[in-house]
Amino acid sequence: MSTYQEFIQQNEDRDGVRFSWNLWPSSRLEATRLVVPVSCLFTPLKERPNLPPVQYEPVLCSRATCKAVLNPLCQVDFRAKIWACNFCFQRNPFPPSYAGISEVNQPAELMPQFSTIEYIVQRGPPTPLIFMYVVDTCLEEEDLQALKESLQMSLSLLPPNALVGLITFGRMVQLHELSSEGIAKSYVFRGNKDLSSKHVQELLGLTKPAAAAQQGRPAAPQEAAAFCKFLQPVHRVDMNLTDLLGELQRDPWPVPQGKRPLRSTGVALSVAVSLLEGTFPNTGARLMLFVGGPPTHGPGMVVGDELKTPIRSWHDIQKDNARHLKKATKFYEGLANRSAGNGHCIDIYACALDQTGLLEMKCLSNLTGGHIVMGDSFNTSLFKQTFQRVFSKDYNNDFRMAFGGVLEVKVQEPLSPWIRPGKPKCNPRSVHSPQCVLCWQEMGVGGTNQWKLCGLGPSTTLGMYFEVVNQHNAPVPQGGRGAIQFVTQYQHSNTHRRIRVTTIARNWADANSQIQHIESSFDQEAAAVLMARLGVFRAESEEGPDVLRWLDRQLIRLFMFHLRRSPFLQVFNNSPDESSYYRHHFVRQDLTQSLIMIQPILYSYSFHGPPEPVLLDSSSILPDRILLMDTFFQLVIFHGETIAQWRKAGYQEMAEYENFKQLLQAPLDDAQEILQTRFPMPRYVDTEHGGSQARFLLSKVNPSQTHNNLYAWGQESGAPILTDDVSLQVFMDHLKKLAVSSST
Amino acid sequence: MNVNQHTPMASPYGQPQPGYGQPNYAPLDGGYPASYAPYNGPASAYQPGVPPQGYSFTSFPSKAVAANPASDLSSSLDLGSARGPPTSAPPPVSAPQQYNQYSHSPADMQNGPPPMTQAPPRPAGSQPYGLGGGQPSYPQHYAPPPTMQQVTNQMGGMQLTSGPPTPAGLGYAPPHSSQPPISTSYQSAPQPSFTQAPPPASSAPTQPPPPNAPAASQQYYRGPPPPPQPPFNSALPPTSQQQFLSSAPPPPSQQTFPPSFSSSIPPPSCAPAPPVSQSQQPFSTPQPHFSSAPPPVSQPGFPSGPPPPAQGSFPPQPTPSSSQPGSVPPPGPPPTSVTSGQYPTPIQHQQQPPDSQPSPYHSGPPPPRFQMPPTVNHLPPGPQSPPGPQGPLQQPPSPQTGYPPQQNGAFGQTRSPQAGYPGPYPVQPNYGAPAPAPAPAAPAQKRLDPDAIPSPQAPDMPAVQKSRHRIDPDAIPSPIQVIEDDKAKTNEPFVTGVRGQAPPLVTTSFHVRDQGNASPRFVRCTAYNMPCTADMAKQSQVPLAAVIKPLATLPPDENPPYMVDHGEGGPIRCNRCKAYMCPYMQFIEGGRRFQCSFCNCVTDVPPHYFQHLDHTGKRVDCYDRPELSLGSYEFLATVDYCKNNKLPQPPAFIFLIDVSYNAVKSGMVSIVCHELKSLLDHLPRENPEVDSVVRVGFVTYNKVLHFYNVKASLAQPQMLVVSDVSDMFVPLLDGFLVNVNESRQVIESLLDQIPEMFADTRETETVFGPVIQAGLEALKAADCAGKLFVFHTSLPIAEAPGKLKNREDKKLIGTDKEKSLFQPQVGFYNNLAKECVAQGCCVDLFLFPNQYVDVATLGVVPVSTGGSVYKYTYFQAQTDQERFLNDLRRDLQKHVGFDAVMRVRTSTGIRATDFFGSFYMSNTTDVELAGLDCDKAITVEFKHDDKLSEETGALMQCAVLYTSCSGQRRLRIHNMAVNCCSQLADLYRNCETDTIINYFSKYAFRGVLSNPTKAVRDTLVNQCAQILACYRKNCASPSSAGQLILPECMKLLPVYLNCVLKSDVLLPGADVSLDDRAYLKQLISCMDVADTHVFFYPRLLPVMKLESGSLPVAVRNSEERLSKGGVYLMETGLHLFLWVGASVQQELLLNLFGTPSFSQIDSSMINLPVLDNPFSQRLREIIDSFRAQRSRYMKLVVVKQEDRTELIFRHFLVEDKSASGGASYVDFLCHMHKEIRQLLS
Repeated sequence: MSTYQEFIQQNEDRDGVRFSWNLWPSSRLEATRLVVPVSCLFTPLKERPNLPPVQYEPVLCSRATCKAVLNPLCQVDFRAKIWACNFCFQRNPFPPSYAGISEVNQPAELMPQFSTIEYIVQRGPPTPLIFMYVVDTCLEEEDLQALKESLQMSLSLLPPNALVGLITFGRMVQLHELSSEGIAKSYVFRGNKDLSSKHVQELLGLTKPAAAAQQGRPAAPQEAAAFCKFLQPVHRVDMNLTDLLGELQRDPWPVPQGKRPLRSTGVALSVAVSLLEGTFPNTGARLMLFVGGPPTHGPGMVVGDELKTPIRSWHDIQKDNARHLKKATKFYEGLANRSAGNGHCIDIYACALDQTGLLEMKCLSNLTGGHIVMGDSFNTSLFKQTFQRVFSKDYNNDFRMAFGGVLEVKVQEPLSPWIRPGKPKCNPRSVHSPQCVLCWQEMGVGGTNQWKLCGLGPSTTLGMYFEVVNQHNAPVPQGGRGAIQFVTQYQHSNTHRRIRVTTIARNWADANSQIQHIESSFDQEAAAVLMARLGVFRAESEEGPDVLRWLDRQLIRLFMFHLRRSPFLQVFNNSPDESSYYRHHFVRQDLTQSLIMIQPILYSYSFHGPPEPVLLDSSSILPDRILLMDTFFQLVIFHGETIAQWRKAGYQEMAEYENFKQLLQAPLDDAQEILQTRFPMPRYVDTEHGGSQARFLLSKVNPSQTHNNLYAWGQESGAPILTDDVSLQVFMDHLKKLAVSSST
Repeated sequence: MNVNQHTPMASPYGQPQPGYGQPNYAPLDGGYPASYAPYNGPASAYQPGVPPQGYSFTSFPSKAVAANPASDLSSSLDLGSARGPPTSAPPPVSAPQQYNQYSHSPADMQNGPPPMTQAPPRPAGSQPYGLGGGQPSYPQHYAPPPTMQQVTNQMGGMQLTSGPPTPAGLGYAPPHSSQPPISTSYQSAPQPSFTQAPPPASSAPTQPPPPNAPAASQQYYRGPPPPPQPPFNSALPPTSQQQFLSSAPPPPSQQTFPPSFSSSIPPPSCAPAPPVSQSQQPFSTPQPHFSSAPPPVSQPGFPSGPPPPAQGSFPPQPTPSSSQPGSVPPPGPPPTSVTSGQYPTPIQHQQQPPDSQPSPYHSGPPPPRFQMPPTVNHLPPGPQSPPGPQGPLQQPPSPQTGYPPQQNGAFGQTRSPQAGYPGPYPVQPNYGAPAPAPAPAAPAQKRLDPDAIPSPQAPDMPAVQKSRHRIDPDAIPSPIQVIEDDKAKTNEPFVTGVRGQAPPLVTTSFHVRDQGNASPRFVRCTAYNMPCTADMAKQSQVPLAAVIKPLATLPPDENPPYMVDHGEGGPIRCNRCKAYMCPYMQFIEGGRRFQCSFCNCVTDVPPHYFQHLDHTGKRVDCYDRPELSLGSYEFLATVDYCKNNKLPQPPAFIFLIDVSYNAVKSGMVSIVCHELKSLLDHLPRENPEVDSVVRVGFVTYNKVLHFYNVKASLAQPQMLVVSDVSDMFVPLLDGFLVNVNESRQVIESLLDQIPEMFADTRETETVFGPVIQAGLEALKAADCAGKLFVFHTSLPIAEAPGKLKNREDKKLIGTDKEKSLFQPQVGFYNNLAKECVAQGCCVDLFLFPNQYVDVATLGVVPVSTGGSVYKYTYFQAQTDQERFLNDLRRDLQKHVGFDAVMRVRTSTGIRATDFFGSFYMSNTTDVELAGLDCDKAITVEFKHDDKLSEETGALMQCAVLYTSCSGQRRLRIHNMAVNCCSQLADLYRNCETDTIINYFSKYAFRGVLSNPTKAVRDTLVNQCAQILACYRKNCASPSSAGQLILPECMKLLPVYLNCVLKSDVLLPGADVSLDDRAYLKQLISCMDVADTHVFFYPRLLPVMKLESGSLPVAVRNSEERLSKGGVYLMETGLHLFLWVGASVQQELLLNLFGTPSFSQIDSSMINLPVLDNPFSQRLREIIDSFRAQRSRYMKLVVVKQEDRTELIFRHFLVEDKSASGGASYVDFLCHMHKEIRQLLS
């Protein structure tokens, strides 16, 4: 059914939605039998150049528990000027402004091609964007200098009316007052004392002229800005701030031999969160944390300041030897929840050779929709360009970022089969979940139909898992269509609030009679990614080996070889921070990127023809090839043994070997292309056969040739991988055996 | 007065006695001489001159009633003024004669004693006070005739009542002393009767009657003497006597004469004298009168208050007065006769003296005369031509001449003789001046009238009121006289090599030569001759203490302590007690070992320190090594003496400036900031050539703290706000404490901006605890010691540790709960102080309060860390700026050490048990001072824990380990050796009243923390009374109980003690705030002797006529010394007043203020206008020199007579009754006398 392929593609392009099943089984039992749950990947803010927002507000269903938005699937009685909600069947009159409505004069939201439509909410004054820099000063001089430059550069990228704030921290936490003339003022907090939000606000003298600020969102942000000396419009404090950043010193407290610098990341974040909480609740704000090492001081510390005690490893964690882990995680979760509650998102830019405590801090970004960027140093292009890319703009010259989003999912009322977003395997709770839940996560945070996405971008993709709740004996009538509506309210980077509504519908199918249809409606890629996400979620929340076992049981019939070896599930060879980092990105990228992450792409360049994708297998590693591997996080260019020798000999410099030069250039060009668009920027590795960096490649390929079977299996081709991991061949053999045995 | 006097007294008297013929005395004398013998030797010369006189007079009056007494009195006065000892020495002039006499005196000694008894007569005068009979005395003074009666009354009253009424009186009011004379007269008069019954004599009553009689005083009059009307005469004489006793110079003079009259009466007393003597005899078999008289206070008094001051000295004599009662009685009857009889000759002398008192002295020939003269001096004031006649009577005291010797003895110690002599003359003049004006007019009017009448009637009445007036203020010991005498006798450098030698007074400028003991600028002791046993010490009640000012600034012509470096091993110390190498160590075994003279432990001499001994057992390099030849020197400390065994970092200064609304508005902030810019160039340094290594840091604060990063590399300072004051910390390290020169630009920029930044502040709340914590944390972080300069305005009520409440509650004052007001409100600051001390963080607090700020609590940290508190109430930039800035400059620049530990080691037998000052102690021996500057003194009290030996004396070694302002660790050592005595007399002869007062004040001011102020005052009075009573009982020659006898060295004790009792801390006036009291309390706690002296007894200079090169002679702090046509400059160490009389000559005003009219003087001026005339220049010079002397800048307040500010000024006229109920000097002396009598009976 090529139509399904097209249908899927079309849906993705239009609505940013991909379902694992494009026909839905009509009862819970059937759904369970399908193993892969009815689920979807949804990209709320998918870039739609051809979707101009409409300048009015959506029409809502008048039933208080429904509030669905008028959509093309609704029944409309043009004469009576009444429409029926397709979720609750409530009949609603059109508002007066729709008086001129008729069959030929339909509003956009009724047109089928506008199954996704974006409204601009005009209510209230625009609220400025807020950017809060939280900068670690316990860095090497070189790093700090690079960071300072990046920060200064970023000022020029901010919209002029955006508010900026600056916190620096080391042993102490300094909140800089930006409006001061002459002497540079800053408020200082000690790094080892946690302060309640209220206390912080008292200490800062932010006795809110609060009547205004209290009402959900500041009625007059301008005034708010005026009274908060810590957050000032960029255009006003540009010079000040640039100077200030320029004068930033390394943390002046001496670091004794054998100690780590004291880094009060926890308190710095706490202060930042409290400040924003006190001044601009429910306003889009981005809190950017730059750290060059693990928190070592005060609440949220991840490791002590003694160098002789190394930072926790997976091994420690499994042995329950990570002293600070639980406490720190709890602390950061608390912060994340507060921050999410206020609609502020937190980015983490961690650049250090050692771990920086991302494992504990990941929730900050995960729960608030912030970025995590991990690098070796602030003085690398990886960081510099990635950071720059945070402020990239779209075709409308708007930032590719949105704030304070709230995603609501509406499904049809109980009479029709009931689908509810939820945590798989989690019993549905009350039908109408609480109005609002604080946080979101693609998976795993369920029991509600509303999530908060404090920061989101065009590629932010959520995984939604639905459950068919009607019983087997009361199936959905044949031919019925199920509908789901995604309502995303958010603050656009141009400070206006917008609402994007996506309404989709799928047919119900009886698993007994229409099994082929259902099979054909299966979206393999989406399902793979969705299941992978589930696995990652479980991996994060449960013990490692159990997850693998669960995955094996659950996905035995799926092609999950690479996933199983990926850093998303395997922690071997990865530090806790790296695992966190990888998982963070895995659960928020769109389908294509997710697939790359699961199964890295390997291109082969040779004189024999144009570049071709090759198997991710050790057999692809040949002496006369150049390989380009994209794992999403790394971009590896691998020169085969012969090529490397040629290159070393300098043939590419010789006119007669122009073609060789071109061959060398080709992967570079392709890599550049990828580098241009990817966020975060991948680690770029240019290596050759036998190079130490070749490990990036060798660890990914299928070890079809190892020291065990080098001569048994192989002929001439490929490079042996020295590993005990099973190869795909073994895996497949095992799978087959299992499949057979299970069927008997 | 003290022992010395006695001894001398004894001897002189002894002789006289012979003269008198009363054998009785002789024995007595004999006794005395023996004990005093040593002194006699040295003192004898002096003694002859002065001491005897004073005392003798007193005694005489009683005994000799006749002229002799008077003369005695006069003489005694003179002597007294001279401070017996000195005068005696100097006495050159009259000396010869006197000496002769004195020489006789030794023999006379006994006679002396009698005089003492006579002295009692004076006491009698004093008695009057007690009795109220005193009143009469006053009148008497003024109006001799009436006085007679009155006097008698007083006399009677004093002696009789308390002892007799009079005695009491005398005792109480120094003024009485003037009366005392009267009493003496009484005595004389009564004496007869009394004499007859010596015991009776002692029993005031008997005498009283006589006195009464003489005094015409009601009671007494009736009875006995009245008829004798000689009373008048007698009265007069008595007065003189009293005066002598009391030492009231001026009146005395008058009185003295009267005394003489009285003496005339006394003569009878003379007759009675014998009786008296009997009475006295009890004391000393010899003639009580004589003996008593001489020995009595008179001697002490004289010595102490040598000649002119003699009066002063007399006061002590007043004590004798106590004796007077006894003696008096006897005198009473005999007086006249006696005078005639016994004293006749003396009388003549006296008479002579009276007339030309001076001459007498000169002529001095008759020793008595000398004495007389003194008395005469008194007399002069007395004017009392009437006295004149009496004078003769008093002269009878001449027998006292014998006494004089004693006094001389006393003087001997001092230079009294010389001084005395000269003194007398000068005195006379003085008297003349005062006497004429005050005595005649004022006294007569005021005192006489009221007192006289009432007192008699109501003997029971508080002696004070009645007595005051009665006693002639000039007859009581005069501080001025004592001071002047000491100055006069100090004309060569003070050499510290002699053990147990008392240094000149703090008011005297002298050169010190260090020859093995610490200079008195470093260490002053209350007693330079300590009792050998605890029993003695307890009996005498004389506090054994030393006031140590370890880093005292020396005058430019004296070398600062040498630095000694013993190399890597560190200073050489005794193995057991760890005393440092000092001149007292005995090298033995050819120099291979040394024996510690503190603990007697023998220690090996390290090879590198070995040196051979010469034939005397001294090391041959003895004079090459400061630690073997000097009393003060420094060791370079090794790393072992450093905290954490790390050489210290250079210290840091942190400025913490309140920038709340009040601070900004008052202009404080901008003044401080502006001043700091230039001040930072003057941070303390040891070598003026080198830049100071002291680093600086800046903090401003209101409710939150602002730290400043002033790192040299910054273009602009950075402000770091710490608003979390609940748990203070330092936000930055690098850049907070900086070198001034490196960061100069940034610092200046900061100081320029601070006032601007906070110009519009509306924050009124402040914190305080966190401010100090901040500084402390900064020093901790920098790992150095240092000093915080906190500029603070208001009660810290903002929410923070150390938050305070306003607890000022006037209702509590005077109740048992009053003490709580002096205690810190919260314990927080005590703990904080402890931490500060541990870090070597000294805190100086500058307060600018507009209302209550609870100095008692805020001051805890400064006081415990060796810092200072400065307070500028209602600070206004315009008027207070200069004072504040000068204080700040001085405070910042002064020589200071950090992180100091002081330990006082003593020879076995005594132990340092108690310490007073600004410091912290975590154990019982180590005084820890976070900061120690050159103005801080520590008073150390010693107690016996074993016996001391006379041969070895008592040694003490004060070692202060500190970090210099250049960051060098050093040990400063001060050694002090004093004598030990087994005779109480020796103790009393070598005391330092100023130092004792320093101790008492600190002791009392600390006492208010735990006791009601009333109890504290009572304790003080008690102890003082015990001291004097002990003296009287054990050292003074027997004399009538009515006679007040004061040891020469302590004759000013009552007047000074009264000042302490009247201080705002112990007896607050209604307008004195709690803060002021707490402020003064802590201020005194670290004062040295010179500071306490001028604080309690302000210097009051008449500045109508100024000469370049010398200061005018001060006048006593009493309103009656002020002349309407005069201008006076008063200095208290904290304040400077220029009092302008209402009828000052225009010319003077023009010279001074540039305005011819009194009404046009701007009393708000804070500096004298700069006028180009010698007078103005000189006065401003004087003012500047005064300011330069004190550690705190004194703001000049121009006080116009009758102006409102005069109230404040009057507060410092400490000899007058204070508005808050403090007794006048005279009253207090009477009271003291009464106390003593009670103790004796």
